[in-house]
Amino acid sequence: MAECHPVGFQWVVEARARGAKVFHVDPRYTRTSALADKHVPIRAGSDIVLLGALINHVLVNELDFREYVLAYTNASTIISKRFRDTEDLDGLFSGFDAEHRKYDPSSWAYEGAREEAAAGLRGEQLEGGEKHAEAAGSDQYGSGGAAMLGRPPTDPTLTHPRCVYRILKRHFARYTPDLVAELCGISREDFAELADAITANSGRERTTAWAYAVGWTQHSVGVQYIRTAAILQLLLGNMGRPGGGIMALRGHASIQGSTDIPTLFNILPGYLPMPHAHRHEGLDDYLAQAGADTGFWGRKRSYMVSLLKAWWGEAATEENDFCFGHLPRLTGDHGHYTTVMAQIEGAVKGYFVVGENPAVGSSGGKAQRLGLANLDWLVVRDLTLVETATFWKDGPELETGEMRTEDIATEVFFLPAASHVEKEGTFTNTQRLLQWREKALDPPGDCRSDLSFYYHLGKRIRQRLSDDEIDRPLRELTWDYPEEGEHRDPSAEAVLREINGTGPDGRALSAYTELKPDGSTRCGCWIYCGVYADEVNQAARRKPGREQNRVALEWGWAWPANRRILYNRASADPEGRPWSERKAYIWWDAEKGEWTGDDVPDFEKDKPPDYLPPEGARAEAALAGTDPFIMQADGKGWLFAPAGLADGPLPAHYEPHESPVRNTLYGQRANPARKVYRSPVAPYNPPESPRFPYVLTTYRLTEHHTAGAMSRPLSYLAELQPELFCEISPQLAAEVGVVNGGWATIVTTRTAIEARVLVTERVRPLRVEGRLIHQVGLPYHWAWGSGGLVAGDVTNDLMPLVLDPNVYIQEGKAVTCDLRAGRRPRGKALIDLVEEYRHD
Amino acid sequence: MAHGGWLSRWPVIRQLRGEDARSDAARSARTDALRPRTEEADTVARSICPYCAVGCGQLVYVKDGEVTQIEGDPDSPISRGRLCPKGSASKQLVTHPGRQTRVLYRRPHGTEWEPLDLETAMDMIADRVVRTRRETWQQEEDGKVVRRTMGIAGLGGATLDNEENYLMKKLYTALGAIQVENQARI
Repeated sequence: MAECHPVGFQWVVEARARGAKVFHVDPRYTRTSALADKHVPIRAGSDIVLLGALINHVLVNELDFREYVLAYTNASTIISKRFRDTEDLDGLFSGFDAEHRKYDPSSWAYEGAREEAAAGLRGEQLEGGEKHAEAAGSDQYGSGGAAMLGRPPTDPTLTHPRCVYRILKRHFARYTPDLVAELCGISREDFAELADAITANSGRERTTAWAYAVGWTQHSVGVQYIRTAAILQLLLGNMGRPGGGIMALRGHASIQGSTDIPTLFNILPGYLPMPHAHRHEGLDDYLAQAGADTGFWGRKRSYMVSLLKAWWGEAATEENDFCFGHLPRLTGDHGHYTTVMAQIEGAVKGYFVVGENPAVGSSGGKAQRLGLANLDWLVVRDLTLVETATFWKDGPELETGEMRTEDIATEVFFLPAASHVEKEGTFTNTQRLLQWREKALDPPGDCRSDLSFYYHLGKRIRQRLSDDEIDRPLRELTWDYPEEGEHRDPSAEAVLREINGTGPDGRALSAYTELKPDGSTRCGCWIYCGVYADEVNQAARRKPGREQNRVALEWGWAWPANRRILYNRASADPEGRPWSERKAYIWWDAEKGEWTGDDVPDFEKDKPPDYLPPEGARAEAALAGTDPFIMQADGKGWLFAPAGLADGPLPAHYEPHESPVRNTLYGQRANPARKVYRSPVAPYNPPESPRFPYVLTTYRLTEHHTAGAMSRPLSYLAELQPELFCEISPQLAAEVGVVNGGWATIVTTRTAIEARVLVTERVRPLRVEGRLIHQVGLPYHWAWGSGGLVAGDVTNDLMPLVLDPNVYIQEGKAVTCDLRAGRRPRGKALIDLVEEYRHD
Repeated sequence: MAHGGWLSRWPVIRQLRGEDARSDAARSARTDALRPRTEEADTVARSICPYCAVGCGQLVYVKDGEVTQIEGDPDSPISRGRLCPKGSASKQLVTHPGRQTRVLYRRPHGTEWEPLDLETAMDMIADRVVRTRRETWQQEEDGKVVRRTMGIAGLGGATLDNEENYLMKKLYTALGAIQVENQARI
């Protein structure tokens, strides 16, 4: 965190100055470790063992925050008798179809759900089932949970053998300090210190927070890493409370915004799923299968109809399903890596790459470049000539003879982009906070904002339409924005206002609860409704922090409804009183009959703690006054996820796809549902292979940004970190025969790259399964172009195409490699070297 | 310790004493006349750092149509005026000489970039989108209506504004292009 989010880390340092204890769990000793109380080195790829053992420690010693757990989680809920755990099936959950590598999740459901109510739905169509999973359906849970029974059977005594609490106990029973020592390389003493600290620092008076970044997500079991942390935090009562939570430290200025208003294949704005050809024919069956009917997600018809009205305006009517038929349909995985495979096969003809640099920023760069070389046309928009724009001229495949410039038929348009100070608009930061940027000056030359580019491209496309039915969605699209300035840029505020939404009177709406299912409201992204409340750009608010309380509600605007801590009803006890004075945040004011406190309550303002839903209630009315998790079907925090996930209702430790060691926990070695590609372009290192004995992990440096296009051309930054290096321990340096400052070659079955050697005790070998495992650390900021003042080999070229089955993120943090002394071979000799490794 | 020992030369000690005879050594009429760029700016825009997702406040100073300085915004309750090495260097991100300001075109099998007028490029791109969409249009697959094109794909970075992502998703969806992805996946 100190390395990659330095200014955010000031708050950790400040908390520590006020008595907080800070642990840093990381394969490397970094600036974060230097400022922590304790650095705990871990083998990359083993975190579920550590977190699972913390859960087991809490359960075995009954250290959970029982009152919170009983009231606010699904600990007491009874699960289907058809459910079988990984303990029963040696690493698989019930419902696995080995042939298709997919789960039928129906046996994970709450008792009484599905079997009776399934109404002909097959397992493959359920949330988490094959069709849903193939289309990375889990991404829709960015703003709400999966469909499930609103009021399932429970056992508040927690003694029923099929209640979630008992299932958890059995599931994690073998996640012990000994297992942590064996698989993570963490000593029993270090584990005990961590376990004692987090349990002592949780409960009524105290809260513990976890922060993570892509070190937890870029795994073939990445989603389940976060799930494990969520289970631990729910058991300890650390969700929805000040100083608690799980903080995703996201790495790009508006990467949160890019999922909220997604340019992602599988979701629409506000985490509404994209329609699937085999699951959703019309609007009604789309809504029947697009998440829960109870909780605030139960208003999904209002969210969806308002979106369709924002896009197709007057053309969208009740009679024509509000133009639902204008939406294209998914039939499976159309994600980034699958699209690259389709480029290599020739199915994709045209490609827009906008502020992104997949030729060096995505795993397995060679596949990316082969895909680019097989397009008819490519449009690249960026500040500099990124490698994705110039691969045909100077890519590494030219040197090896795998490509010749003259043979590449791709027509390339490079369009220069406006920088962040040359346009106005909002970024959504890692806390869901929208902050408006004022424009400082006009962009130079041909540079334009992407807003301007897409607006004018849309206008030109609309001028080229026919009367053909396939053009109807474009003809009927609302595409009128006020134009400003010399270049007739569209007004970003007008777009933000459309995102916010308008009512029947044409005025800006104030909250998503105002959205209607009848077509009388329009809203481009329901979770952002309120950002333009009272016709005021709320994201532009800048009341200085020092003039506000600690929550600072008048700086920017956070979704939803300007709430800064999600599910903050949980900061009060079931009766609505703060759990403690020290941790008071939101509470029930019985006199006024409303929730109040430091933040905007994430709850219906006037729903009393003793509210009980009537039979048959829907949407939020179906949740009780003690159900804080209002986007969940049952209002509970899910210790056990009865639906939605593609790889199990609970996290289980699986080794990375490429690992030097066995999975001693289960017969099932790696995540059985992980996505792999059978492609000669991107083969895999065999597991437990003596050819690839080392763990390879990647990371960022403070002085650079991602694949480097925003940092390598800057002289200050290039000078601070001029060259690619690999960090290795003195022991490994001696084993391989390399010295500090010398050269090493890092090899996988994808390619080999060279790097300077940094010999350091910051990366320690760890004893795993009784033998010493060495880890190699590589930053990934270098490549050959982008106007960089410094250059180096491309780390991501080493990486495999293995994906988490829920959201299709690639496994970039724990793979295997070999390390050799000296520089890599050039030209065809490089291919020969890699070929040797592929066959030995 | 003798006068002139290392301790007495340590700047902190000298500053604490306030008695460094050479503290004005670098002062001149010229240095007295120097003013910070932030004072001389024509305008100041309130902005946000474009690197990681912490969302630090930035103040962007402009004079004579050029960015002259970018500073941390002390009003921000998130960053309280601080910027990291990247945020502090972000003036260079906007002004560095490697930045491209003209459209470039590479024709199929071409070996060099060629200049191209922006308006012409926009028309050429629109033509290609319309043509490719028609040529690759898929009305049905396996008997189900899909009304889409698998011939056009997009990949965006996560420094795009919300408003930009919104127009992109809206246009791509109306086109029937579904292979629309973002750094957020990666």
